[in-house]
Amino acid sequence: MSTPLEHDYIGLAETSSMERSSEKISFSSSASSVPSTEEKTGKTANDTCLNLKETELRLGLPGSQSPERKLSLFGNDLETNDKSNGFAGGPLKNLVSGAKRGFSDAIDGSNGKWVFSMNVKPDVELAKAAVLASPRGGLDSKTNSQQARKSVSVMKEVVGVPQSPKPVQDKNNLVPPVNEHASAPASKAQVVGWPPIRSFRKNSMASNLAKNSDEGNGCLYVKVSMDGAPYLRKVDIKTYNNYMEFSSALEKMFSCFTIGQCNSNGLPARDGLSESRLMDLLHGSEYVLTYEDKDGDWMLVGDVPWEMFSDSCRRLRIMKGSEAIGLAPRAMEKCKNPN
Amino acid sequence: MESFELKRSKDSVNSDQSAHWSSFPDEVLERVLSRLKSHRDRSSASLVCKDWYHAERWSRTNVFIGNCYSVSQEIVVRRFSRIRSVTLKGKPRFSDFNLVPENWGANIHAWLVVFAAKYPFLEELRLKRMAINDQSLEFLAVSFPNFKALSLLSCDGFSTNGLAAIATHCKNLTELDIQENDIDDIGGSWLSCFPESFTSLEVLNFANLTSDINFDALEKLVGRCKSMRVLKLNRSVSLEQLQRLLVNAPRLAELGTGSFSQELIVREYEELESALSNCKNMHTLSGLWDAKGIYLPALYPACTHLTFLNLSYAALQSLELAKLLPHRRRLKHLWVLDTVEDKGLEAVGLNCPLLEELRVFPADPFDDEIVHGVTDAGFVAVSFGCPRLHYVLYFCRQMTNAAVATIVQNCPDFTHFRLCIMNPGQPDHLTNEPMDEAFGAVVKTCTKLQRLSVSGRLTDRTFEYIGRYAKNLETLSVAFAGSSDWGMQCVLGGCPKLRKLEIRDCPFGNAALLSGLEKYESMRSLWMSACNVTMNGCRLLAREMPRLNIEVMKEDGSDDSQADKVYVYRSIAGPRRDAPRSVLTL
Repeated sequence: MSTPLEHDYIGLAETSSMERSSEKISFSSSASSVPSTEEKTGKTANDTCLNLKETELRLGLPGSQSPERKLSLFGNDLETNDKSNGFAGGPLKNLVSGAKRGFSDAIDGSNGKWVFSMNVKPDVELAKAAVLASPRGGLDSKTNSQQARKSVSVMKEVVGVPQSPKPVQDKNNLVPPVNEHASAPASKAQVVGWPPIRSFRKNSMASNLAKNSDEGNGCLYVKVSMDGAPYLRKVDIKTYNNYMEFSSALEKMFSCFTIGQCNSNGLPARDGLSESRLMDLLHGSEYVLTYEDKDGDWMLVGDVPWEMFSDSCRRLRIMKGSEAIGLAPRAMEKCKNPN
Repeated sequence: MESFELKRSKDSVNSDQSAHWSSFPDEVLERVLSRLKSHRDRSSASLVCKDWYHAERWSRTNVFIGNCYSVSQEIVVRRFSRIRSVTLKGKPRFSDFNLVPENWGANIHAWLVVFAAKYPFLEELRLKRMAINDQSLEFLAVSFPNFKALSLLSCDGFSTNGLAAIATHCKNLTELDIQENDIDDIGGSWLSCFPESFTSLEVLNFANLTSDINFDALEKLVGRCKSMRVLKLNRSVSLEQLQRLLVNAPRLAELGTGSFSQELIVREYEELESALSNCKNMHTLSGLWDAKGIYLPALYPACTHLTFLNLSYAALQSLELAKLLPHRRRLKHLWVLDTVEDKGLEAVGLNCPLLEELRVFPADPFDDEIVHGVTDAGFVAVSFGCPRLHYVLYFCRQMTNAAVATIVQNCPDFTHFRLCIMNPGQPDHLTNEPMDEAFGAVVKTCTKLQRLSVSGRLTDRTFEYIGRYAKNLETLSVAFAGSSDWGMQCVLGGCPKLRKLEIRDCPFGNAALLSGLEKYESMRSLWMSACNVTMNGCRLLAREMPRLNIEVMKEDGSDDSQADKVYVYRSIAGPRRDAPRSVLTL
């Protein structure tokens, strides 16, 4: 720790030239509350057109130029999985088995302005290091079950810091966040003891979430997230009787985010969506509806009869179609072996 | 209490003069001093001269020990012989967040043994962050026949069996307050251990427990304890059960409900509402787990005189809060979850002009998806409507320097400012600049500031400001901040009243640590973890300052030369002998 290492969070010590060469590294100041991976595109702050686009809620990553941007959260995940110890990768690991792609591929596919927090002009005063918890890679005994699903982040990094204080007054110095978590993929690695909340409260909240999935209350609120949307919604599955109602409700909820990609017209009035319907969704639109079931597996919505779905669904994710490629075959398998 | 040893020499100088001017008979002096309640006043009084020192120690009935290792049991009982009430704090605060090894210490048992011998009339024991097991609880229960009040906050090591022992043996118990502990909750039969003849309980708080309790026993207990004024239930108690309890306890001043979400028929709802409205003395309301918006109106009549509303376990939406607040104009303390969002906080600003304390907790702090919570806007809205605000704990995902400047302009009387921007090292979300100016504004404007927690992207400038302006600061918490040793040096060099400094994940090293050499003896403690401090630096500190205890906790696999976690505290008891192997005392 006394020798400063220069690593970025993902572990690319020598960064690709494109990051170093971006003149102004900034991140978007969109309407959403957290600077997330989606927003970390290198755009110049002076570009007002982009600012407008920035605040517009739309598909794809705010500020991104090209909708065919291949850079994804999941690509990042894979890379961090390689680099850190025991990073479970959370619920996404099941997801990307079919969609593995190297990080550099992802970079190349993008418009090349992926921003790393650590790569800044040398004269910009770097604040410090992030995070990091026990290199054991294990979990402290007191962490609750929810935390147990995510790993404790491991990599320690300390940025070389100047000895004399440098007032960061220069407004042209856009200091990117040193916190790697802001630029980290969606499944954040967790820091031990952060945010500083006592165990009792953490456990109460965790069981709050679990309780929300219990059917004892007579309602079943599940979270629905959509890739690229700045925030997620909650929906009570029990208030719908079939996929058609559900789907149209979701479409209404997320219509402000979509540009009409989720196709809910002309759904046949039957219990389940047919396989062909699914494939329509997959190929016809950029987004598919997936859900995490009781076992923690991610499945395509529509595979199983509605009742089975509403009983086993824990959360929903409107994913980019390209990410869900690995899902369909597994989903079919699961149907055949219901267990 | 903490500094008496260091000032002993002063006493001897004054002793010849005391005969001349301090002509009060001891009894009078003791009478007068016994009225002094504040520990600091008592400490000051004890330093005046030898007579006063003795009068103070003979008249003291309540001893507060902020760090259980700063003093030994023998010293305490030798100085104070008439203690009825003890408050003890143990582990460093970061143990609440799992940063301290499990078996670190702060075990109460040795203290209990000594107290049993020297303070057989002990009545109250209040523990915070201490380790206490069931045998100790049982020992406590049988050793002190006059025992009245037990309060355990953020402790660990015991189970409900220990509570059963207390219930069984403490015939004069008036207070059982179990809060946010790490309890091994094996069941609710402990409540049945209160004997039928037992009627003295005034305070019962078991909100901490998660398991079901024996409701029948509880109902009978509440029924026969006519002086009960504080009752805080756990989540397993339903609305219907709550109603039955309230019927028997209309004089409750503080109520913590259980789960607030049972399906009720109309008649049951009305009964609940009626029972709640009969509680005319109620000034504090908490619990409300799983509160459903539709049942909240049942609370309205009970809430007219509320001064403290704790909604931090009820995931209310903005509208629900907005509807609840307009009749709560007397609110002084409000705790909420960030599910209420900025709109909910606007409602707070509009409806709670007398608000003094606001705490906003995150509902989903570890969610890896982006969720709305509260932002700078909500905090600003509150500040416009609540000029008396002086205590804030605010968890958010974005903040700006400008917002904080506005907030402290509106509320210059902050004594406790704890801002947690949940992404470590996150800058001002509008300007991308560090949050230095925000905390600069806080310390410049809020001259009464005693406690500060900083967060976000911070350079040394923040600490320059703190050192220069925060003249009343006593507690400072720092995480993921600063640029160099200079930052910490500014704080150590500048804050005259600093007592507790806790730092994690900052680039402060040996130079910073050693710059506080003289300072640490006037402080209660220093915690530094995941910083740049080395073993050599700690050894040097230990060598220079023999009256400080320097403890280092290492993590597996870390470099031998690194001091991963350092805990420095003053002590007149010398290095402790009960440290586990993972803790090195230098």
